[in-house]
Amino acid sequence: MTSARSEAHEPTRAQRWRVPLVAAVLAVLPWIAPSQALAVNILIYGLYATGFNLLFGYMGLLSFGHAAFLGAGAYGAGIALARFGVGWFGAIAIGVAASGLLAVLIGALSIRSRGIYFSMVTLALAQLVYYVAFQAESWTGGENGLRGLTVSSLRIGPLSLNFLDPTIKYYVIFGFVTAALWAISRLLNSPFGATIEAIRENEGRAQACGYDVRRMKLMAFTLSGLVCGLAGALDALHLSIVPIDTLYYQTSGLAVMMALLGGAGTFLGPFVGAAIFLLIEDSFSLWTSHWQLFVGAIFILAVLFLPRGAWGTLVAWRADRRA
Amino acid sequence: MSRTLTDLDRRTVLGGGLAALAAPALLLRAARAADEPIRIGFPTPLTGPFGAEAKDQVRCAQIAVDQFNAAGGLNGRKAELLVRDDKLNPGEAATRTLELIEQDHVACIVGSLSSSVQLAVNEVTKARGMLYVSISQSDTITEASDFGRTTFHEALNPHMTAGAVARHVFKPGMKVAILLADYAYGNEMAAGFRRAAAAIGGVEIVLEQKHPFGTADYSTFLPRLRSVKPDVVCICNFGRDQANSIKQAVDFGITRQARIVVPVLLYNQRLAGSPEAFEGIVGGANYYWTIEDRVPSAKAFNDAYRAANNGAVPSDYGAYGYSGVRLVLEAMRRAGGVGTDAVVRELEGYHYDTCKGPETMRACDHQAIQSVLILQSKAKAAMKSAADLFDVLAIEEGSEANLRSCADLGHKT
Amino acid sequence: MEIDLIAVQLFTGVALGAVFVLLSTGLSIIFGMLGVVNFAHGAFYMTGAYAGVFFLALTGNFWLALAAVPLLIGALGLGVERLLIRPLYGRGPDYPLLLTFGLGYVLVEIVRILFGTDGVPFETPALLSGGIDLGGLGYFPAYRLFVIAVTAVILLLLWLLLARTRYGLIIRAGARDPEILSILGIDIARVWLLVFGLGTGLAALAGLLAAPMRSVNPEMGVAVLVEAFVVTVIGGMGSLLGGAIAGMLVGIVVSLTALWMPEMSTISMFALMTLVLLIRPQGLFGRGLAR
Repeated sequence: MTSARSEAHEPTRAQRWRVPLVAAVLAVLPWIAPSQALAVNILIYGLYATGFNLLFGYMGLLSFGHAAFLGAGAYGAGIALARFGVGWFGAIAIGVAASGLLAVLIGALSIRSRGIYFSMVTLALAQLVYYVAFQAESWTGGENGLRGLTVSSLRIGPLSLNFLDPTIKYYVIFGFVTAALWAISRLLNSPFGATIEAIRENEGRAQACGYDVRRMKLMAFTLSGLVCGLAGALDALHLSIVPIDTLYYQTSGLAVMMALLGGAGTFLGPFVGAAIFLLIEDSFSLWTSHWQLFVGAIFILAVLFLPRGAWGTLVAWRADRRA
Repeated sequence: MSRTLTDLDRRTVLGGGLAALAAPALLLRAARAADEPIRIGFPTPLTGPFGAEAKDQVRCAQIAVDQFNAAGGLNGRKAELLVRDDKLNPGEAATRTLELIEQDHVACIVGSLSSSVQLAVNEVTKARGMLYVSISQSDTITEASDFGRTTFHEALNPHMTAGAVARHVFKPGMKVAILLADYAYGNEMAAGFRRAAAAIGGVEIVLEQKHPFGTADYSTFLPRLRSVKPDVVCICNFGRDQANSIKQAVDFGITRQARIVVPVLLYNQRLAGSPEAFEGIVGGANYYWTIEDRVPSAKAFNDAYRAANNGAVPSDYGAYGYSGVRLVLEAMRRAGGVGTDAVVRELEGYHYDTCKGPETMRACDHQAIQSVLILQSKAKAAMKSAADLFDVLAIEEGSEANLRSCADLGHKT
Repeated sequence: MEIDLIAVQLFTGVALGAVFVLLSTGLSIIFGMLGVVNFAHGAFYMTGAYAGVFFLALTGNFWLALAAVPLLIGALGLGVERLLIRPLYGRGPDYPLLLTFGLGYVLVEIVRILFGTDGVPFETPALLSGGIDLGGLGYFPAYRLFVIAVTAVILLLLWLLLARTRYGLIIRAGARDPEILSILGIDIARVWLLVFGLGTGLAALAGLLAAPMRSVNPEMGVAVLVEAFVVTVIGGMGSLLGGAIAGMLVGIVVSLTALWMPEMSTISMFALMTLVLLIRPQGLFGRGLAR
């Protein structure tokens, strides 16, 4: 399961420059992408897929329940804004915290099982979260979705920014995403990053070396949940609504598709995958209502012929040339 | 619009020279705006279970645009329809609406199907002072907490349709059971029946059986429903849920002892179900093509549709698409421009007749007061053509008495 | 009164359970024998219903469709295994899972192109229309009783195939240790091919049998995929007996929840699954396999 991914080790120089590189690309994205709303979606879903990839790509655990963390972040921030009138920054913090808490809970329950069973347990628990949110209408808005959380201006110290302006909105969210990517990059370069990759390669050996595997798994799970929660909170700010679909299992599938398309186990792969996926969906759905046919076919081809994903293949190809 | 302004702001900050260059550009843009088309954003769920309804909405909306242009547009300014697939997903709809506003600089948004998607579009348009004419059933959107100055609701709402059906079917002494999907829309429909029953008097609601939204198998909800021996069963759900629950209720012999009624009986959903499963079922609708024999504007609309679509007839949701777009274009013409304030002033209290007889846009909550048709699904043997699906049992003319009052909706009066 | 209702509800639950068993058998067989989680299971189920619509329009005979559809979609399954799944063996279980996830999208969209997005009517076959008065249990549709009988027959045949034939022995051995089989000179690839075809054929049969009870539409498989997972996971992936017992259990739990807390009846299924997994991560009858 891991042979394809483990080879895709990026050289250290690339590791040092990867965050500035992605930041530079993302900084000009609104001027290249078909629309700024789409560019914001790429930021948010790129971060979501990156968070998912922490667990799937680096730790080797395929979760089918990450919609729960995107949703917890979105609902956490949304409820704080709409029901309690918390400021935008506080709302983001609450969203991330809610997601982290949920991740500790779901993580503790699910890391007891392995392989396919792990996927199934995460799926089941995430569906439970979905149904609970669906029923808790007075808090979440139920099927109608959560509304009433439009943030029209951001106060940062003496500054007041018009958050309805798409350009300003983009760069505010860009700031958060870049900061998160920088933190993740640092983390992966730390001993923690090496440890979780060691566990992915051989759990038994890592255990024998004295690592507390379960604790490490839970930590990776929680971090992954935190990152996805941030993506969710930003999504709530961006769309000014939280749809119940955020929590549905197809949203979990989205993270898997994006990570795989771009390259699981590489740092930038999920971001590339999210961009590819959203651009395909956006341009094809303008042209045909049968866009899912193409998305599905491209995904099948990617699984068959590009198991390392678009970015992962590129990285491996460059590494081969160096060698 | 907003994007142009930011560009401009930035240039102004950059330096006076650039600002001097930008000023003529703005003048040029203002001059050009006069002959730029009036863009109407039209998000609709082309993908997903209501694809057929959505495609018909697009066809009908296009007819309204074509008629407007053929009549000379707005002092020569033509209208243009920008159709976007919202995929029946509120998040997707919000993104598309943002694009339509920020990128395409639309003059208004018309469209969407399903309560949650409309509310999402509305949240985006309301914050940006953008006109939105919603054309799918919802009670929530006209309530004070979701309502915005630029929100208009051309569709019927669950309160109106359930009420009309109840007033037609319920008689004193009847025992009524309600099967409802447990979400906002299902609860709104059930509330409509409940209120109408109370107004009629002597109608006993013997059971309100909830089921989860999106249930495929209703067998487990039917024994209790049967055990209360109702005269009428009101099934309050929508789309696939409606098709499955009606079919299974018939299979389990509910119709052997009771009549089934539904708040909305849709043309395309009946086509997807079978005449046998729907036979004799009574429901409400905003439009059905055979009203053309008594409503002149329906005749004109059907003829335009037939001419454009090889003799086919429009569906109920199609009629919403036509009516919503025509309504806003008419208001723009009367206002003599696309300025939001002027168009809103025209629309409030507006009396019009697009395709189903007289309607009035109530000023306080922007809900269209209009007729509700009471339809009954025909037996297979009685159908004279593939489009001959329903009998029109009655038309309840629009009346403010059948709406919840604006005070009830939380509006200041 | 309430006691009568509980009895009816229990019976309805068992009947619903039979439907759940039917829905999940194809998924369970493929996982148990191949270790492949077929995310396109719901799509194959839906395709079966539509193939039935097609055959019915062509021949007007439900029984003919009942025979032809599993063969046709089973053949489609053979093609899918040979062309798409086989290259992925040895890459670990997530790759077939992901591939079938994409395949589900493609199948649904093809059906939408061919048959439209709205769904199509499907009549109960004339011979089985109407209902039977079961005394205290009330009026019950004849067709549902037929489905219960068919499900029982399918389970019996599968059990005979797996437990009583040489082929079944090979399949079971293949599930435990494919390498031994290759050493013994048995073409394991062929076994897997046929098992995948069998699983998709069963999914299609379930879709066809469900068509007269539920409406036929392109999304009909979405909920079924999740339901089948729940049943299979509770029973223990790969256990035929476990799947049958879990199906009944889920049916009864859903039915009793529908009586007392109707709005929770869908959640109850997931709550039960979570509970089982927390106590027995491999499911009620699952082997503790760590593939």
